[in-house]
Amino acid sequence: MNVAGLSRRSLAKLISAFAGARVVTAHGDPTPQLPEQAIYYANHSSHLDFLTIWAALPADLQKRARPVAAKDYWGTGLRKAFAEQIFNAYLVDRHGSSRTRQRASDSGVSPKGQIAGMAEVLAAGDSLIIFPEGTRGDGESIAQFHGGLYKLANRHPEVPVVPVTLANLGRILPKGEVVPVPHLSTVVFCDPLHVAPDEEQPSFLARARRVLVDCLAEHQDTIDHGDDDDAAPALGSPPGGDRP
Amino acid sequence: MSDWGLGLLDSSALKLLGGVVVVLVLASAIAWLLGRRIGPTSTIGNLKQRINAWWLMVALIGAVLAAGETVTILLFLLLSLLALREFITISPTGRGDHKVLVWLVFIIPAVHYWFLWEHWYGMFSVFIPVYAFLFLPARNALAGQTKGFLQRAATIQWALMVCVYAISHAPALLQLPVAMELGREAAEGSSPGDGGATGAHLLLFLLIVVQGSDVLQYVWGKTLGKHPIAPSVSPNKTWEGFIGGVLSATALGAALWWITPFTPLMAALLALISCVMGFAGGLVMSAIKRDRGIKDFGSTIPGHGGIMDRLDSLCFAAPVFFHAVRFFYA
Repeated sequence: MNVAGLSRRSLAKLISAFAGARVVTAHGDPTPQLPEQAIYYANHSSHLDFLTIWAALPADLQKRARPVAAKDYWGTGLRKAFAEQIFNAYLVDRHGSSRTRQRASDSGVSPKGQIAGMAEVLAAGDSLIIFPEGTRGDGESIAQFHGGLYKLANRHPEVPVVPVTLANLGRILPKGEVVPVPHLSTVVFCDPLHVAPDEEQPSFLARARRVLVDCLAEHQDTIDHGDDDDAAPALGSPPGGDRP
Repeated sequence: MSDWGLGLLDSSALKLLGGVVVVLVLASAIAWLLGRRIGPTSTIGNLKQRINAWWLMVALIGAVLAAGETVTILLFLLLSLLALREFITISPTGRGDHKVLVWLVFIIPAVHYWFLWEHWYGMFSVFIPVYAFLFLPARNALAGQTKGFLQRAATIQWALMVCVYAISHAPALLQLPVAMELGREAAEGSSPGDGGATGAHLLLFLLIVVQGSDVLQYVWGKTLGKHPIAPSVSPNKTWEGFIGGVLSATALGAALWWITPFTPLMAALLALISCVMGFAGGLVMSAIKRDRGIKDFGSTIPGHGGIMDRLDSLCFAAPVFFHAVRFFYA
């Protein structure tokens, strides 16, 4: 491994340590078996999201994984250098011209050229990390998905679509905040999906979103404000307080 | 050999650590034998993991004490921050609390530990219970989110008291010998490391007694435990485990009197107080975990859980042990 590779691995370790990121599969296995190439998609609540997924990938997969990041945030100055040089990010113009923006919000479709560009990344054999909500949420709920995920999966049916649930990252660096506060987070790699033959966009997107919604409910530490005390947590086993 | 010394360690501290190593060698040997007789079950795997983690923790404590008071204080600052991270993860805080959490994590612990390092006893004892206590809710009120305000403010202060204030009383023992020998006036503003080997003895005494009590309570509870103390909190904490564990750890403390400035009787009494407080700490943390529906605070220490799962008893024991020693001996 060369110097760049080593420093990438150390950076990945650093990001994982800071985010307190625990990696598991949906079945609780700490060593996920991931496909060579994949479309990773995840819920989005923080600028740390793509860094954390990137950091959680094994070295050989990490080299070929390209996070899709918004040009309006990551496309200038130091951030651009970071995103492109270190993380090999694929920058997209998420708003486009006002006309495409209008169209996008009406139909849930991203501007055309971008899907083509991302499809080229897949055709070249690389993986993508995308956030189909299109923008960061509050960390508790997951917005409706844009259509890009379906279009990519449909164009490249041979590439598995891997749902990744990110829990608690929105609490480390919520939308609008500058200083990240350490919490323990969880990165859950769920079982891969494929577009079924003849499956329509809304059905696939609903299915893909449901995986994240269910998984997040399981792993997110609640951010309630004391008004749902009746909802007693399901408790499998007693606290392990006395295990010296 | 008698005037051998490295950092805060002298030959007596080394003897004590040697004793701990002997116990760990025995524990590792027993685990290995059990593994050969029963086979690689998950219980044996977990037991080995835990013993290996003990080896690391003992090596770490020995290393930082050899490196001196400053490094030991830095280790406990790091432990406080890791504990704080575990604690706020399970706390019901929201986005409106973010700016307060920045103060809570990045500023207040560092300032508090700096007062500790300065041997500025007055500020060390009042900074968190007075100044941080008043400042944090005020800052949070400015952020404007009122929903669940009292609960959020109380949780944040509680996290700070337990993870930072209480834990910091363990490294504070290192400076106590100055006040014990020269008086409280002279201790104020003395240099880091002035507590010398006696300070390290106090810290090792507390750590061995409290953590030993945890282990012994577990062993007694597993072998004889029948009557749970608080079944709704933790069915594993039994009267048999509590009484057997506390009494045997008290005997252990009395047997270690030679390393402390105490008489055997006083060493037993202080060990008893520390063990009872340690039990209370474990019980309180179990109640919190049960309320939040989690089994462990984290997974930092393999086999043990999170930092808070290991330090729960020390949190409650350290401040009381510190003040008892300061009251009777300084």
